[in-house]
Amino acid sequence: MNYKMIFYTVGQVLLLEGAMLALPVIVALIYAEWSVALSLSETAAVALGTGLLLILCLKRRNPAIYAKEGLIIVSFAWIAVSLVGALPFVISGEIPSYVDALFETVSGFTTTGASIVTAVESMSRGLLFWRSFTHWIGGMGVLVFVMAIASRTPDRSINILRAEMPGPIVDKLVPRSKDTAKILYIIYVSLTGLLIILLLCGGMPLFDSVIHAMGTAGTGGFGVKADSITGYNSYLQWVIAVFMLLFGVNFNLYYLLLIRKFRAVLRSRELWSYLSTFAASVILVSYSVYPLYENFSDVARVSFFNVSSVMTTTGYVVENFTAWNAPLAKAVFVALMFIGSCAGSTAGGFKVTRLVILFKKAGNELRRVLHPRTATIVKFEGKKVGEETLGSVSVYLALYVISFTVIVLLLSFERSFSFEANFTAAASCFNNIGPMFDNVAGGGTFANYSVFSKLVLAFAMLLGRLELYPLLLTVNPYTWLKK
Amino acid sequence: MKIIIVGCGKIGKTILASLVREKHDVLAIDINPAVVSEITNAYDVMGICGNGTEYEKLKEAGAAKADLFIAATSSDELNMLSCFAAKRMGAKYTVARIRNTGNNDNVSLDFMKNQLELSMSINPEMLTARAIYNVIKLPSAAKVEEFSSHRFEMIELILREDSPLDGVSLIELRRQSRENFLICTVRRGDEVYIPQGNFRLKSGDRVGVIISGRDTQKVLKTLGIAHKQIRNALIMGAGNVSYYLARMLLDNHIEVKIIEKDPDKCAEFLEQVPGVTVICGNGMDQDLLREEGLSSADAFVALTGHDEENILISFYAMSQKTNKVITKINAEELSAIAEKLGLESIVSPKKLIADTLVRYARALRNSEGSKVETLYSLMNGDVEALEFNVLQDFEYLNIPLKDINFRKDVLLAGIVRGRVSIIPSGADVIKAGDKAIVIAAGERIYDLADIVSKDR
Repeated sequence: MNYKMIFYTVGQVLLLEGAMLALPVIVALIYAEWSVALSLSETAAVALGTGLLLILCLKRRNPAIYAKEGLIIVSFAWIAVSLVGALPFVISGEIPSYVDALFETVSGFTTTGASIVTAVESMSRGLLFWRSFTHWIGGMGVLVFVMAIASRTPDRSINILRAEMPGPIVDKLVPRSKDTAKILYIIYVSLTGLLIILLLCGGMPLFDSVIHAMGTAGTGGFGVKADSITGYNSYLQWVIAVFMLLFGVNFNLYYLLLIRKFRAVLRSRELWSYLSTFAASVILVSYSVYPLYENFSDVARVSFFNVSSVMTTTGYVVENFTAWNAPLAKAVFVALMFIGSCAGSTAGGFKVTRLVILFKKAGNELRRVLHPRTATIVKFEGKKVGEETLGSVSVYLALYVISFTVIVLLLSFERSFSFEANFTAAASCFNNIGPMFDNVAGGGTFANYSVFSKLVLAFAMLLGRLELYPLLLTVNPYTWLKK
Repeated sequence: MKIIIVGCGKIGKTILASLVREKHDVLAIDINPAVVSEITNAYDVMGICGNGTEYEKLKEAGAAKADLFIAATSSDELNMLSCFAAKRMGAKYTVARIRNTGNNDNVSLDFMKNQLELSMSINPEMLTARAIYNVIKLPSAAKVEEFSSHRFEMIELILREDSPLDGVSLIELRRQSRENFLICTVRRGDEVYIPQGNFRLKSGDRVGVIISGRDTQKVLKTLGIAHKQIRNALIMGAGNVSYYLARMLLDNHIEVKIIEKDPDKCAEFLEQVPGVTVICGNGMDQDLLREEGLSSADAFVALTGHDEENILISFYAMSQKTNKVITKINAEELSAIAEKLGLESIVSPKKLIADTLVRYARALRNSEGSKVETLYSLMNGDVEALEFNVLQDFEYLNIPLKDINFRKDVLLAGIVRGRVSIIPSGADVIKAGDKAIVIAAGERIYDLADIVSKDR
């Protein structure tokens, strides 16, 4: 295990976080929130100091990173940014408990959007901005950002890209990892910018636009109001709904659009599966909620928005659908929570990609029952999926189910919550969606959970965002045994 | 620069690794999925699995926009075809590995290169044979590299226990002799130095010397290095390298004896290269080697396909007091170990190829600035020797060298002006049209202007 390189990279990430904190500081200064600005700057100092210390101490190092180092780097880096990122909430006193603040920050970076804040409207602008900014950075990935701006990328840096980017198959867009990271961020920034402009056109205030654009881009879900998006006009709701859907698409496809390979985009099996799942869900939900509204345009808007929000694991809400008397719609939402969006997007969940591969594999196995000697391969996006990938996708499913079960079990120690509440809370955090679906007392937040459960849920969010392996490897004692 | 490499076997992978180190955008095509996943894991490159002659694959790789297209599979035909296709699609420069002896005589090679519009053909075996031949010509050197103008040679020497140079400083050495030479690199243990005047040599050092071509013999004499002409060579293995080497040696009236296990290969070799003695037998058999006069051979060259065999038998040859032992070793790791254990002259085909392409790519990169004519990586790649054509636009023309603030890890080792070769001193100047030979450690040099220190 190359400890020096691991901690060196963590140092780089902390340095980046310190630099990032400058933005919320500026926001706090603009809104004259002096004490908040101070708490943010203190955190920035901590991040920069620790980062610099690590980097300077580890100047002489062997730059080789193998797969295991890639995974460990990613999980350490994410834990480190969360630990530091929670500080401003505590220092400013807006979230007095450190565990609560940590929950909020992890929820931010993992683009979950689960919150323990019951009165969002009373939070300071600076911290609201920081909270949503963590979504934006976490969406595309902290280390991907480091790679895009670092002067020198280590050998075998693909191992870091692989560990941080969601999906079973991670391909580079261009030969060099650094350029790939750059292109991804350029697409990400431009789409976010476009969204901000469209929201401004709809009459949303600048601050709200930026916050919601970052929440949408990272498919996070933090907002500025307790009732999420419900209070905004229907144009704004449509814009956000469509952009959530866009950010759930594999970013590689945008690159293909940029280099004018339109046919490749149209032929993408992943995209079609994603869109058809989406369309079917919208129809089912519309059918289910039609009796409640009896107005076609409202039904269309509400269904489209909420399906888009749950499927892309964003977690914005219009009309509190948990209070609906529509069991079919709820069942669809629970199913969508687990399916998630495309690989290579900012969304969470199991990923359509894996599901498509598993379905094809299952079809092959069924055919093998009929014709025991039949030869089978699984093709995806026009290419044969290797046995290795097939195996890893199946194992991922098993680990995914086991992890989820354990999380639900651990949450069930809570006496004051129903099983449904715990189940959806676990699903919501594990798949990085966010809101609590069955907790009217807590106003849709996680504030009433015990410290233990909050830590379990925070771990679940990281587990879901980093797709199991990095964290599982980190907590596995065999990783650290010298044998 | 955007570079596509087709075929990532031994040679292809070496080329790929060295071009990635040069920070090019490299895309690799190989037919074997395992190879593709291995290289994409190990290097910062993109991999495509498929046949490099197929239009679809070339299109996917973006051959039309490639600056440099290199085909390095083990098949000549495949390489030629895929280079041809890439050229037609719009690749700027194409390089094919062509190794069959039948394709490699001058006439057929020229014909093919013209017809296929190849920018360059590379033949690792030919390069290897040339490198070995250079050492055989000058057996007291561990290694000899030529610069394109032939005015200078770069020679690597090992100072033995009883060397008169032990403990002598470079300034003293300069005072003692009037010959034109310059000690420009010294390796001691794992450290590599570009020595200053007060540097003292020690026995065991591996020293790189730049010598103006005609003075080589005289300089070696002043350095107190014994020199014996090689009249016969014993070569183990009858592969392509042996073929080219045997022809070069025979042309220069050096007797050649080949030992080869495979009787068919023996017959084939005799047919292709008349005038050699071919012994059919196992070269690892020590009795056979003694019988065939290993101890009386002036030079022993181990050229079998197995690095391990080559290393072991070379040690045996050294123990038999063979005058000059040359070993071909492909694996980089092995050659480092073997050198530490005491083998003097090691030739690595992979490194020769990598040097050739790195030089080519560097020359392409700054086709406007001063062109790299020659490039050698010395001392296991820590140091490079480069030869530049000096153009009109070089900033420091006609300024005495002592007034130029050179980078600390750079040495201007030689200037060729017309037919004159100069080992420069502080009063000399660089003129347009010169060729400048530069030794550089540390950061890579892409343009002659890079040798000047940026911070003043």
